[in-house]
Amino acid sequence: MLDLIIIGAGPAGITAAIYAARKKMNFVIISRDVGGQTAWSGGVENYTGYQFIPGIELVAKFEEHMKTFAVPLHEGESVQELMRQRDMFVVRTDKTEYQARTVIVASGKQSRELGVPGEKEFRNKGLTYCATCDGPLFANKDVAVIGGGNSALDAALQLMRIARRVYLINIAAELTGDSAIAEKLKNASNVAIYNNARITSVNGAQMVAGITVQKAALVDFLPVQGVFVEIGLIPSAEFIRDVRKNEYGEIMVNCKSETDVPGLFAAGDVTDVPAKQIIVAAGEGAKAALSAFHYVAIHSF
Amino acid sequence: MPKKVTVYSTPTCPYCTRAKQFLTDNRIAFDNVDVSVDTGRAEEMIQKSGQMGVPVLDIDGEIIVGFDRERIQRALGLT
Ligand SMILES: Cc1cc2nc3c(=O)[nH]c(=O)nc-3n(C[C@H](O)[C@H](O)[C@H](O)COP(=O)(O)OP(=O)(O)OC[C@H]3O[C@@H](n4cnc5c(N)ncnc54)[C@H](O)[C@@H]3O)c2cc1C
Repeated sequence: MLDLIIIGAGPAGITAAIYAARKKMNFVIISRDVGGQTAWSGGVENYTGYQFIPGIELVAKFEEHMKTFAVPLHEGESVQELMRQRDMFVVRTDKTEYQARTVIVASGKQSRELGVPGEKEFRNKGLTYCATCDGPLFANKDVAVIGGGNSALDAALQLMRIARRVYLINIAAELTGDSAIAEKLKNASNVAIYNNARITSVNGAQMVAGITVQKAALVDFLPVQGVFVEIGLIPSAEFIRDVRKNEYGEIMVNCKSETDVPGLFAAGDVTDVPAKQIIVAAGEGAKAALSAFHYVAIHSF
Repeated sequence: MPKKVTVYSTPTCPYCTRAKQFLTDNRIAFDNVDVSVDTGRAEEMIQKSGQMGVPVLDIDGEIIVGFDRERIQRALGLT
C-alpha cells in the first residue's frame, strides 16, 4: 500500500512530489501531462528568482528538479475516479488502479467546453482550445473566437493578424476583457464582433465548415474553418464527488491543505485558495505534502 | 536503417516542445517542419493526419497526432 498518491503534475503536484520524495514517502504521481497550465503560460514574470522565463522553460526546471529524486511519475495517465474505502483511498485511472493512505489532488484547471453539438467531433478538426498552439494553421482562413474575456480577446488579437476574417462571438452585451485590446479589435477591418450572441452548433463534414450562432430570435450560419473556444477555465475535479466544494466547483481546503475528508488533501488551482498563480500553487503543494506526511506519521496503519 | 522522422509543429505549442525534447533525449534525428511559417507543409500535415492540431509526427509513414509517448516509443522500437 502506498503512503500517498499525487494527482496532477503542474506546479502544485510537482512541488508536492519533491517534498514527498525528500520525506522518503512511498508514493506515485499520476498526471495527464507535465507542467499543466504553466506549460501554456507564455512569459512568466512573477515567479521569484526569475525576472522573466517562458512557462515551458519553468516547467522544464520543475521537472529537472523533480527528476533528481527517483520520483515515480506516471505521465499520460488520467484519473477517472477517486474513492475512500475505510482507511484508504482507491484511485482508478484509464490504465489501472492504485491504493494509498493519503491523496493530494493537484489537478488544477482546464478549459471550459461549449457543450454544443459538433464540439467533440470537430475537436482538432478546426476546433481548438489553444489559439497560441494552433492559430498559425489558420492563415488566410475565416475563424470564430468564442468568448469575450481576456483570453478570447488575446486570441482574437493574435488571429486578426493571421486569419482572413475573425468573428468574435460574445454571450454578453459588451466585451469584458481588456478595453485597449477590445478597442483594437473594434477598429480592425477584418474583425466582426457579435455581442449578445451564443454559438449553438459546430458544423462540417471532415473538418469544420461553419457554426450556427443565435442572437435573440435570429439564427445565423457563419462559414468558418476554425473555432477557438476561449470561455474560461473550470476546476478539474469531476473525478471526485464526496468532498466539499464551493459554488465554482473548487475543492475547499483549510490552511493545512486539508479537505473535509481525513487523509485527502488538495493544492493549487483546483482548490478555493484565492490567488491562482504558479508560485501560490507550488507553495500549496509543499504544504499539502507536509500535511500528508504528518497524517501518515501520526496514524499507525 | 534509422527511421525517417518528421515533426510538424509550431514554436508556441508546449506539446511540440516536449515531443521534440523526447526525440532529442533518445538521440533520434528528425526534420522539424514549422507549420506556422510554411503553409504548404501545413496543408500537407492536415492531409496526412486528417486534423489540424499540432504536433503531428510522421515516423516512416506512421502518423501520430499529439505527444503520445507510448505510440512514439513503439513506432521507433524504443521499448
Ligand atoms: C495562459 C495562462 C497564462 C498564465 N500566466 C501566469 C503567470 O504569468 N504567472 C503565474 O503565476 N500564473 C500564471 N498562470 C496561472 C498558472 O499557470 C496556474 O495558477 C498554475 O499552473 C496552477 O498550478 P496547478 O499545479 O494547481 O494546476 P495546473 O497547472 O492546472 O496543473 C494540473 C495538472 O493536473 C493534471 N490533471 C488534471 N486532471 C487530471 C486527471 N483527471 N488525471 C490526471 N491528471 C490530471 C493536468 O494534466 C496538469 O498536469 C497562467 C495560466 C494560463 C492559462
